[in-house]
Amino acid sequence: MVTSMTLQPPLIRTAAPHSHNPAAVEPSKIVIRDVNVFYGAKQALDSVSIDIPGRSVTAFIGPSGCGKSTFLRCINRMNDTIPGCRVEGAIEIDGADVNDKTVDPVVLRAKVGMVFQKPNPFPKSIFENVAYGPRIHGIASSKSELEGIVEASLKKAGLWAEVSDRLNAPGTSLSGGQQQRLVIARAIAVNPEIILMDEPCSALDPIATARIEELIDDLRQQFCIVIVTHSMAQAARVSQRTAFFHMGRLIEAGPTEEIFTNPRESRTQDYITGRIG
Amino acid sequence: MTILIALALLAAFSASVYMLSRRRAVALAEGRSASLHSLPGYHGTWVALWAGVPAALIIILFAIFGARIEDSALRAQVPAAVAELPAERQEVFWSDASAIARGQTPSEISYQGPIGEALAAKTAEARRLSVIGLVSVLALSGVLALCGVLLAYPRLSKDFRARNRVEGWTGVLLIACSTLAVLTTVGILGSLIWESMRFFQSVSPADFLFGTSWDPQIAMRSDQVAAKGAFGAVPLFVGTFLIMLIAMTVAAPVGLFSAIYLSEYAGPGTRATIKPLLEILAGVPTVVYGFFAALTVGPSFRAFFNWVGAMLVEGPMDPLGQYLMTVQNQMALTAGVVMGIMLIPFVSSLSDDIINAVPQTLRDGSYAMGATKSETVKRVILPAALPGVAGALMLAVSRAIGETMIVTMAAGLQAKLTANPLDTVTTVTVQIVTLLTGDQEFDSPKTLAAFGLGLTLFTVTLALNIVALGFVRKYREQYD
Amino acid sequence: MTDAAATRLKKRHAAETRFRMYGRVAIIVALSFLVLLLGRIGMQGYSTFTTHTLSLPVYLDPARIDRTYLEGSNYDSLVAQALLKQLGETDDESYTVSGQVMDLISRDLGFQILNRIKADPALIGRTITVTGPVKADADLYYKGQLKRSTDQADRKLNDRQLAWLDRLKKSGAVTGGFNVGFFTHGDSTEPEQAGILGAIVGSAMMLLVTALIAVPMGVLAAVWLEEFAPKNRWTDVIEVNINNLAAVPSIVYGLLGLAVFINWFGAPRGAPLTGGMVLALMALPTVIIATRSALKAVPPSIREAALGVGASRTQTVFHHVLPQAMPGVMTGTILSLAHALGETAPLLMIGMIAFNPGLPESFTGSASVLPVQVFIWENASERAFHERTAAAIVVLLVFMIAMNAAAVILRRRFERRW
Repeated sequence: MVTSMTLQPPLIRTAAPHSHNPAAVEPSKIVIRDVNVFYGAKQALDSVSIDIPGRSVTAFIGPSGCGKSTFLRCINRMNDTIPGCRVEGAIEIDGADVNDKTVDPVVLRAKVGMVFQKPNPFPKSIFENVAYGPRIHGIASSKSELEGIVEASLKKAGLWAEVSDRLNAPGTSLSGGQQQRLVIARAIAVNPEIILMDEPCSALDPIATARIEELIDDLRQQFCIVIVTHSMAQAARVSQRTAFFHMGRLIEAGPTEEIFTNPRESRTQDYITGRIG
Repeated sequence: MTILIALALLAAFSASVYMLSRRRAVALAEGRSASLHSLPGYHGTWVALWAGVPAALIIILFAIFGARIEDSALRAQVPAAVAELPAERQEVFWSDASAIARGQTPSEISYQGPIGEALAAKTAEARRLSVIGLVSVLALSGVLALCGVLLAYPRLSKDFRARNRVEGWTGVLLIACSTLAVLTTVGILGSLIWESMRFFQSVSPADFLFGTSWDPQIAMRSDQVAAKGAFGAVPLFVGTFLIMLIAMTVAAPVGLFSAIYLSEYAGPGTRATIKPLLEILAGVPTVVYGFFAALTVGPSFRAFFNWVGAMLVEGPMDPLGQYLMTVQNQMALTAGVVMGIMLIPFVSSLSDDIINAVPQTLRDGSYAMGATKSETVKRVILPAALPGVAGALMLAVSRAIGETMIVTMAAGLQAKLTANPLDTVTTVTVQIVTLLTGDQEFDSPKTLAAFGLGLTLFTVTLALNIVALGFVRKYREQYD
Repeated sequence: MTDAAATRLKKRHAAETRFRMYGRVAIIVALSFLVLLLGRIGMQGYSTFTTHTLSLPVYLDPARIDRTYLEGSNYDSLVAQALLKQLGETDDESYTVSGQVMDLISRDLGFQILNRIKADPALIGRTITVTGPVKADADLYYKGQLKRSTDQADRKLNDRQLAWLDRLKKSGAVTGGFNVGFFTHGDSTEPEQAGILGAIVGSAMMLLVTALIAVPMGVLAAVWLEEFAPKNRWTDVIEVNINNLAAVPSIVYGLLGLAVFINWFGAPRGAPLTGGMVLALMALPTVIIATRSALKAVPPSIREAALGVGASRTQTVFHHVLPQAMPGVMTGTILSLAHALGETAPLLMIGMIAFNPGLPESFTGSASVLPVQVFIWENASERAFHERTAAAIVVLLVFMIAMNAAAVILRRRFERRW
């Protein structure tokens, strides 16, 4: 259990004061070396290595099928749930390999939250959706504490004002954008350190998208956020660092500004200017 | 036989009409087949349909209803000697007259004197009627076939829309076939309601539905004192319910957990082996389950309970021991358990479909929160699938209620009002089989009671099915 | 990690393991039921596939055969005498010994003699060898199911008869072998002569009627509903109606057959035609449902392509869509026919429960079918019939598995991914 000890989130976190300067990059939260992913005989990712800093937003961009979502799912071992999927290489969070035998994916996923492409609230009430994580992980010891966590999470996700009077309404009754913020609140409720977002705005209208983007910008004060997006504009708006994937390989990674204004690789240039896609 | 020959002749006639009309269409085209509106084959088919179909319909209708019409014509005049006979004997007389006329074996009753003469006369009349009927129908169909050709053939022309006409016929045929399914329902409802009405003339519906004594055997003969018999169906309902409950106690957990394991835990390899094996269990005919219940499960259960009883006798639980010693092969438990086995694959495959219909995004959402598989199943998948699973279980209940062979072979015939699974009980379906497989007059209350039971069974299963299918359909639409 | 969190995690994983175990147990329970069911029936039935036959030289004593009325002579006693001679026993005055000998051999031997004399009366006065099955009880003794250790009063054969059987086996007069008769005879009141062929032929005839009605009608109905029907209240009614018909208990179809086909239309009782019609109505909804889902699986692009080159809707459906859907239609059809093959309850309702020796003669005559034969034999009191019931089940299951396998192969072979 020694290795997994380092993976445990502190049970109660207080928001620590930190720098607002995006250029001041924190030490690497996630360190990834030579990751290969196979679906059966097909190789989906080819020796990807990248460092992802904490308390900032890192965007993965690239054309469809380039492996960016697959890569994202390696970080919280969601690929375990796909039959025939095999992951090789080292993925370390705070220095501990997530694929280590002693690491319990259940504990790992409590520390690494995830938001999916399509909002997927459970067919339960709004309250129960947010309370789900704290309940299964036993975070709240009393009903009032649980209510406090739900309220705090909904507030952080910017949804509290809209739903505070109808917490018992089904989560599926909300609009698409609200559902996505509900899902984000659900992820926040267990105090993760990292939040993975897999094209979180692709199913939303522009106004809802703008709200989510604002939210992401707020959340970066507290969480390490990794976002997969196929909108380069979105990557430019929300992220501090950007990584470009193409054909299962990581082509280039660096500060967002640099990638968009002065990429080193010609393929990145081609993609950004719309020549490949 | 004559009818088959007539139909064959008609088919041959239609075929030649087809050839003729097709040739005519080719001639109309004057070598440029594109100048025809429709292909020559359609012209041929259209005329052939008019030649063959109306005539064939007449012949087939005659084959189905002819005997009945002849029969009622025969009975229009009742000879004086026959009128004196009691009603059942009159029936026998008429069926004997028709049987002799058709060259079949009549009943063993010998007819002498005036009634013998009446029989001879009626037999001759029956023969005459059947000849008249056959000849007139054949003549009518011949006329129809000719008229069909004479009316249709002259209409062939270059611009005649033969294909559209043939497709019109096809449409009618398709609609007729679809209507058959509706007719089946009408037939089921009609016959059940009609015969039940006749039953309820002698036994009041309230006595039937709420009476607690079932003993139809008394009503076998009309001259007996207690001719009314006892037709209180409550013991049958209780027996049916008891066996269904036992069956669901076996099938629901095993079937549901199998489905959960197969859809959430098993790898593709395991799934590919186990699913077909369970399908074998589903394909086994119910009579085989009945055999298994009667000759394997029943005796072993009895042996087991008798053994337990022998252990308990003369101990502190002596009365229970004494009771267990007397347990018989035919008990509710045997039939219920075997029926439960039969329903396992039914429950598991339905639930499997339903669990698989829960979108993967919900699973992903739960796993991404750090839930274990069992937490995901219990807290997300099952609540989401609940209406569907409830529907599946209701369909299984409906199957259990309507299942016949297992209970007929393993449950017993005694109508007891009991909730003891070790006791012999009987069910609605068992009683239907028992009432109808003996040699009785069809119109006795005893046989009609079977239709009363059938109507009850149909109503209950139909209600269950409609509700269950509604649940399942709504559930599917939710995730489509 | 705090202790409380660690304990909680442990509990959660224990719950997970337990839950997974419940699933495993459920699968194991279901599969062991399958093994138990098939194993038990196989064990009970396999011994029927072998039997013991007796070859016996019989002297056709002219003094005991009435040449003017061959059917009137007692050939069983001729056989009994011949057997007594073979065993070196003599009959007593009250014929108890010959009576006991007769308990060992089938009446079939006597019938064989009669038939051979009828064919060739010159045989009278000569010695001929006849070969036929031993009586069912004797066969059970040879197979070890009737044990010498059982008390004499509790078994059908006494010690003396068992000693005779041992001697016959030793002398080579009785030989064991494949039970040909079981597959070449119809039903009989004597278990050793009862065979399954009558029921197989009856089932085949009935299934033919079912297929000829249910398949074309079901397919055409499905074509209309899926390809032509407008979406209105009437088609909704048909739709709901078909789904519900598929779930109506089979015995209700039997009541329908009895009330409508037999009492109304005067269809013959217990005939393959009537049974086939009832089962056709029962199979119709499943054929329709299977066909509709096969039609649904044909992509719209096929329809658009056909309509695009100027085919009419009818031509599109019958030239392109239906042929593409055919493998699916066939698979569904075979499965529902296999189901009909195993159906029993509705057939009991329409009087298909009579004893039918020999083979069915016509579609309108009385006949037996496999599942009903199983039911009839299961009800018989003789133990030898129970053995035959299990064997009949084995035959029935072989047919059903063959049909299901055919459906699976068809599906695999023609499975197409669009």
